[in-house]
Amino acid sequence: MSTLLEVSGVSVSFDGFKAINNLSFQIADAELRAIIGPNGAGKTTFMDIVTGKTRPNEGRVIWGDKSVSLLKMSESQIARAGVGRKFQRPTVFEDQTVRENLAMALRNDRSPWAVLFYKKTTDGAARIEALADEINLTAQLTRKAGELSHGQKQWLEIGMLLAQDPKLLLVDEPAAGMTPAERDHTTDILKEAAKTRAVVVVEHDMDFVEKLNCKVTVLHEGSVLAEGSLAHVTANKDVIDVYLGR
Amino acid sequence: MQRSFFARNPSVLIFIALLAVFTLTVTVMSEAMGMGVLSTSFIKTLGKTLCLCLIAIAMDLVWGYCGILSLGHFAFFGLGGYMIGMWLMYERTKGIVLGSLENAPLPPTPEEVRDAIGTQIFGVVGGAEIPMIWFFADSLAAQLALVVLVPGALALIFGWLAFRSRVTGVYLSILTQAMTLALSLYLFQNDSGLRGNNGLSGLQNIPGLSGMSQAWVSLWFLWASALALGLGYLMAAWVVSGKFGSVIRGIRDDEARVRFLGYNVEGYKLFVFTVTAIIAAVAGALYYPQAGIINPAEIAPIASIYLAVWVAIGGRGRLYGAVIGAAFVSLLSSWFTGGGAPDVNLGFYRIQWTDWWLVLLGLSFVAVTLFAPKGMGGLFDYLVRKPMPDRPGADLGPDQGSRREVEQ
Repeated sequence: MSTLLEVSGVSVSFDGFKAINNLSFQIADAELRAIIGPNGAGKTTFMDIVTGKTRPNEGRVIWGDKSVSLLKMSESQIARAGVGRKFQRPTVFEDQTVRENLAMALRNDRSPWAVLFYKKTTDGAARIEALADEINLTAQLTRKAGELSHGQKQWLEIGMLLAQDPKLLLVDEPAAGMTPAERDHTTDILKEAAKTRAVVVVEHDMDFVEKLNCKVTVLHEGSVLAEGSLAHVTANKDVIDVYLGR
Repeated sequence: MQRSFFARNPSVLIFIALLAVFTLTVTVMSEAMGMGVLSTSFIKTLGKTLCLCLIAIAMDLVWGYCGILSLGHFAFFGLGGYMIGMWLMYERTKGIVLGSLENAPLPPTPEEVRDAIGTQIFGVVGGAEIPMIWFFADSLAAQLALVVLVPGALALIFGWLAFRSRVTGVYLSILTQAMTLALSLYLFQNDSGLRGNNGLSGLQNIPGLSGMSQAWVSLWFLWASALALGLGYLMAAWVVSGKFGSVIRGIRDDEARVRFLGYNVEGYKLFVFTVTAIIAAVAGALYYPQAGIINPAEIAPIASIYLAVWVAIGGRGRLYGAVIGAAFVSLLSSWFTGGGAPDVNLGFYRIQWTDWWLVLLGLSFVAVTLFAPKGMGGLFDYLVRKPMPDRPGADLGPDQGSRREVEQ
């Protein structure tokens, strides 16, 4: 397995507060990884850096086989390069149908001219049906996304991520506000996705992380505190002190 | 598998049919056709109203669909008017000058003709030279191209600078308004080359058509305006009904999310801004020959604010809403300000609508924003959209709309 994303020595500070402090992180191209850490550990800022929303003060972010730097690219270029992101609060286009939401995310040419003259294809329709099936929303395709329940919106957003067909998925608290049954389904979707691509899950909930059954990175005050299996990191004394002990 | 464009957008056919009926009715009742129920000046008002409906569609695209509250689209409208006005005024003056020099002992040289035209047009601002920007004024084709190119280029440059720096929301509105104000102040100057506050006048006289009566000219412009409005509506409906519409509505609702889907949001905004500026310019080029005169006051920021008010009252985010708003409010406005509305005598005070109309308009704008955010177009939801039962899955009973196998 080769390295897909390599973050090294990255620091970022907001008004003197160091949100990320000399952070280094790597992920291979088909790997599931969970990131945990207390509030303010820098989990969301880390995602902001990788997706281009925040520019770090120093450090490198290297992407893919060709080892290009993500720091010089805009958010939309990074997304087209293959980084998909799910936000903490579900953000779907509530005024549009589930089908339109998925169609917008489908991997296609994204230039204005191409989109203006875009014709629906049977391939695209089939892909939308398959995705809807995977996220349990087949029956809701014609409904407006705003009418969906909270859990369904979360799934729709994950579905939109999958539709983009990214090489790396960054998922921020996917299970927040879900029922136990919905959580299990979400776990399955993420595990399935991680067979063909890299998936990074930021999560607070230890039970959910345990179900993911993957390597865990613990962040604290903007840098990596421990890394390894869940059993390994939960046995780590530093981790117990700063996170689990509270 | 896919239904046709018109089946998916029934409002387009209804709109075009209504527009055709309207145009026919007005034509039959016009003075040119002999019936004369509608005066020529009223036909001009109707034709101008159609142009205002067209710019309202542009405003709805850029604001109602893409979420950019531009307070500068009337600048593009005015520029379009100026571009066509230059040709109209130059050619007409040329005709007059040639006519008066006809009986001169020596045939006039081209320089003499140019000088005479310059004195005629720019004497009022104390000049006689024809400025450089009038270089193409002799050619209808070139000025028609400039109707599209000048406002388009201005929108492109302005939009590129504004969107690139991620200026959004009210700050962008202020910027567009500043642009409008700057342009209007510039045109007010005598040395701007466009006759300062005198503006361009006599535009209702079409060169080469001196034999045609104003009754017929007004009718031709009504037809042209109706055609432009119909085509504009069709094009706008096509743009917003497809995936492009989906993306720009996404930009309106959550710009950052669209960006993380891999769409170049700035590029889309620039595209919509520029295309709508061009639509506005075409509307302006049809409007001012009917109005007869254009001056920098037409470009003042208040005009663009009116435009936003029309679209808000009509209902943004739906094309027919914008058209209804523009037609209704602008016609009502000319009724009130033209002294059509009777004064109201309260005993202690006499409400004269020419003064109080703006207050009434302002109040209705506030009322619509607060109590009926969908605007007048929202009324159609009560008429047309029956609440459809949302029942996915195969029918369980024999009839359409019966219970389905997956009941939600």
